Amino acid sequence: MSRTIKLRKGLDIKLLGEAEKVKSTPQVTAFAIKPPDFHGLMPKLTVKVGDKVKTGSVIFFDKYKEEVKFVSPIAGEITEIVRGAKRKILEVRIKADAENSFEEFGIINPDSMDEAGIKKTLLDNGLWPFIKMRPIDIVANPNDKPKAIFVSGFDSSPLAPDYDYVLHGQSEAFQAGITALTKLTEGKVHLTTRANAPHDDALTGVKGVQSNTIVGKHPAGNVGTQIHHLDPINKGEVVWTVNALDVAAIGSTLLSGKYDSSRIIALTGSEVKKTEYIKTNIGASIASLVGDNIKSDDDVRVISGNVLTGDKVDAADGYLGFYHHQITAIPEGNEPQFQLSGGGWLGPGTKKFSINRSYFSWLTPNKKRRLNTNLNGEIRSFVVTGEMEKVFPFDIYPMQLIKSTMYNDIDLMENLGIYEVAPEDFALCEFVCTSKIDIQDKIRQGLDVINEECM
Amino acid sequence: MKSLEKFMRKLEPTHESKWAKFHPVWDSLYTFAFTPGETTKKGSHIRDGIDLKRTMFMVIVALIPCLLFGIYNTGHWHYFAEGTAGGFMDHFGDKLIYGLLKVLPIVIVSYGVGLGVEFIFCIRNKHAIQEGFLVTGMLIPLIVPADIPLWMVAVATVFAVVLGKEVFGGTGMNIVNIALTARAFLFFGYPTMMSGDKVWMSGIGDMAKENIPEGVTGATQLGELASFTGAPEDFAHASISAFESAWPIWESFMGIIPGSIGETSVLAILIGAGLLLYTGIGSWKIMVSFVLGGLAVGALAQATAVNPYMELSALNHMVIGGFAFGAVFMITDPVSAAQTSTGKYIYGFLGGALSITIRVFNGAYPEGVMMAILFMNVMAPMIDHYVIQSNIKRRLKRLKTA
Repeated sequence: MSRTIKLRKGLDIKLLGEAEKVKSTPQVTAFAIKPPDFHGLMPKLTVKVGDKVKTGSVIFFDKYKEEVKFVSPIAGEITEIVRGAKRKILEVRIKADAENSFEEFGIINPDSMDEAGIKKTLLDNGLWPFIKMRPIDIVANPNDKPKAIFVSGFDSSPLAPDYDYVLHGQSEAFQAGITALTKLTEGKVHLTTRANAPHDDALTGVKGVQSNTIVGKHPAGNVGTQIHHLDPINKGEVVWTVNALDVAAIGSTLLSGKYDSSRIIALTGSEVKKTEYIKTNIGASIASLVGDNIKSDDDVRVISGNVLTGDKVDAADGYLGFYHHQITAIPEGNEPQFQLSGGGWLGPGTKKFSINRSYFSWLTPNKKRRLNTNLNGEIRSFVVTGEMEKVFPFDIYPMQLIKSTMYNDIDLMENLGIYEVAPEDFALCEFVCTSKIDIQDKIRQGLDVINEECM
Repeated sequence: MKSLEKFMRKLEPTHESKWAKFHPVWDSLYTFAFTPGETTKKGSHIRDGIDLKRTMFMVIVALIPCLLFGIYNTGHWHYFAEGTAGGFMDHFGDKLIYGLLKVLPIVIVSYGVGLGVEFIFCIRNKHAIQEGFLVTGMLIPLIVPADIPLWMVAVATVFAVVLGKEVFGGTGMNIVNIALTARAFLFFGYPTMMSGDKVWMSGIGDMAKENIPEGVTGATQLGELASFTGAPEDFAHASISAFESAWPIWESFMGIIPGSIGETSVLAILIGAGLLLYTGIGSWKIMVSFVLGGLAVGALAQATAVNPYMELSALNHMVIGGFAFGAVFMITDPVSAAQTSTGKYIYGFLGGALSITIRVFNGAYPEGVMMAILFMNVMAPMIDHYVIQSNIKRRLKRLKTA
C-alpha cells in the first residue's frame, strides 16, 4: 500500500551551478578506494603495493566481519597505500591498465536466487558495502534481519544529481537490484519518490516494492526522513538503506556477472566553469574528472558529495568517495570581512543566505547564491532555540538530542531517538545553527558510543 | 582594509607573549571589526549567514525605539514634576537634553561595568568573549527608574553578571534572565530607589514639597492602582473609572506615563517586537502566549472583581507598567525561556497569567511582571522536562504497539 508523506519543515538552499544535462566520459587512470568512507571499518588488506588486480578483485575486508569484502573498481596495479596517524589506512591507490579486465562470477538472475545465495553473491563481489544500516549509519551487518529496506528515489540536497536523468535507460538493472533486495528482508522494500513530479520509467515501472511519495523541502529526499515517517525504527530494530543509484549498480553487476563500478556523477557548484554529468567509476581521481574546469580566481573547495554532507577533497590529489554521486566546487571563504565594507555581521548581508530575515537577502529568497565556506561567525554556546526545529522534520527534539550526545548520556540518547537518525539528517540543523556547532560530528560521536555500548 | 587587518593581526598576542592571557580581549575586538576568515572544518561546508553577534545586534536595534522614547519621556516627567512641562511635545529640546543627561550615564555605566566583569571572567577562564551581555547591557538601563544612582547600577550589574551568569558557566548557561536579576537585586536591596512615589519622575525626590505643583504625587499608575487593594481611605482615586479617566488608555499606549526608562511606550515596544518577529529572532510563541495569559487573567479578574483594582479592564493591564516590555524583551530571552515549542506556549501563558495575578492580588508588589518572569525562568526547565517526557513516552508506546 503506497503512502504519501507531507513535510511542513525543511529548507531548500538554492545554489548556483546545477549540473547541465550533458554527459562526458573523461579518461581516468588513477583510482583509489578509501577505507574512511566506511565509518568504523577496520580494514585488513589482501594486496600489497605492486600487485595486479582486476575489477572486482578483493582489496581488503572487514577485520571483524570477514565476509564483508571491498573490491577494486578498476583493473590495474596497486601503486600506493596511504597511511595516516597510527598507520590507519586512508587510501589504496590503483593505476588503471589500458584495458579493463574483470573477475567474472557468472550471470545471475536474482529472481531465482534465495536469501543466502543473494547474500553470498553480494558479499563476495564487493556489492555489500552499498547496503547501509540504521541505526548507526554504517555498512550493514550481514547477520542482521532487517525489518525493511528503504531506497530513496531522489536526492533533495543542494545541487543534487537528478536521479531520473541518471537512471534513464537502466530500468532492467534497477529492477534486478530491487529484486535482489527483496530477497534480503522479510519486510517490505520501500521506494520513495517526490510527489507530483514526472519520473523515469526505471523508478515508476519497478515491481516488488512499496512505492511511496513525499512532498516537501530538503531533507525530503533523505532516507532517514522517509523511514521516520513510514516505519520508524525502535530500539532493537534494524532497517537497511541503499542509494537508488547503487541499486542500479547492484542490478547491473548481477545481470552481467562482473562488478560494475561505473557511475554517472554530477559535476556541480558555482566555481565549476562548465557543469555537466560525468560517466566514470567509483574512486576516480578528482583531478582527472575536474581538470581545469574550475574557476581559479579565489581559493576553491572541492567536495566529494554535496555541500551539506560531502567530504572535502584535494583537487589535485583526491578521489571520489564510495557513496558519492556528485562533486561540488564552492569558493573558500577564508578572507576576513571588514564590517564597514559591508561583508561582515554588521553589513546588509545581501549575499548571505539565512533562514532568518536579519540580513537583507530575505528580499530575494529564490535567488541562486554563490555561498562560500566561511563559518559566518564564531563558535558559541547554544543560545538561540527553535531554529533547528524549523528544518528538522522529525518528531525528535534536535537540540536536546545533540546535547545528550555531547555529555554522553546513553539512556537519554536512546529515549530521545538516536536510533532513528544519522548524521546527514542533522546537516540542515548544523547549517542553521547560530552558534556554529559541528552537529553532524556530535551525532556521529553519539552513534559511535551507542554502537559500542548497545549494539 | 587590508592594512587595518594586518595591523590588528600584528597586535594579536601570541601564546608566548606576556599578553597571551588577553587574547580573548583582542579576539573580541578583532571579531567586532572583522568577520574572521574562519572556514568550516567538519560537517556542512556552508553555513547560515547569521551568528550570535548579528542576533544580539538585531535585539539592540529593536531596543532603540524604547531607548529614544525613554530618554525623552524622562525629560518630560521631570518638567511635569516641576509644573513646567506643558504639552508632551512642548520644550522638546530641554526635555531631550535632560533625558540624555540622565539616561546616557546609566547606559555607559551598565555597559562599562558589565563588559568589564565579562572580560575578567573570560580572561580567567580562557574563553572567547560571548555576546550575551550586549543585550543585557542595554536592557538594564531600560528597566530602572531614571533617578537611580549610578553606583547602584554598577553594583547591580556586577551582581547580576557574576551570580546570574558567570557562576553557571557564562553566556548560554544562566538559569534566570540577567537583566531581571539586576532589577530584582535593586528592588530588594534598595526598595526606596525602585518603588514608591519619589523616583518615577526624575528629580522629584530632591524637590522641596512646596515646589511640587498641586496634584502631582509622583506615583506611577501601578502605585495608584495598588492602593485599591488597601483600605478605602487610602485609595488614590475614588473608583477605577476615575483612574481610567485620569490616565487615558491611549496615553498609556503611547507611553506618556511615568515609569522605568524604557518600559512605558507600548508603541515603541511594538516597533521593536515587529522587528524581532519579522526577522525571526524573537519567539512569537512566547510573546503571543504571554499576552494571552495576561488577557485571560485580566478578564477573569474583571469578571470576578472583589476589589476596585480587579475591575481594571484586561486591555488596560497590557499597556501599563512593564507588561509589554516584559512580553517582548524579557520573557523571550531564549536561554532562560522554555526551549521546546510546546513548552514555549505553556511558559509564556503562565508568565502572563502570573504577572497580572501578582498585580491585582498583591498590594506589596505593584508590578508583578518581574517576579512572574523570574519565577517562570526557574520553572522553564521543568516545563521542558514534561514536554520531552511526553515525546519519550510516545516513542516507547510506539515500540509497544509495533
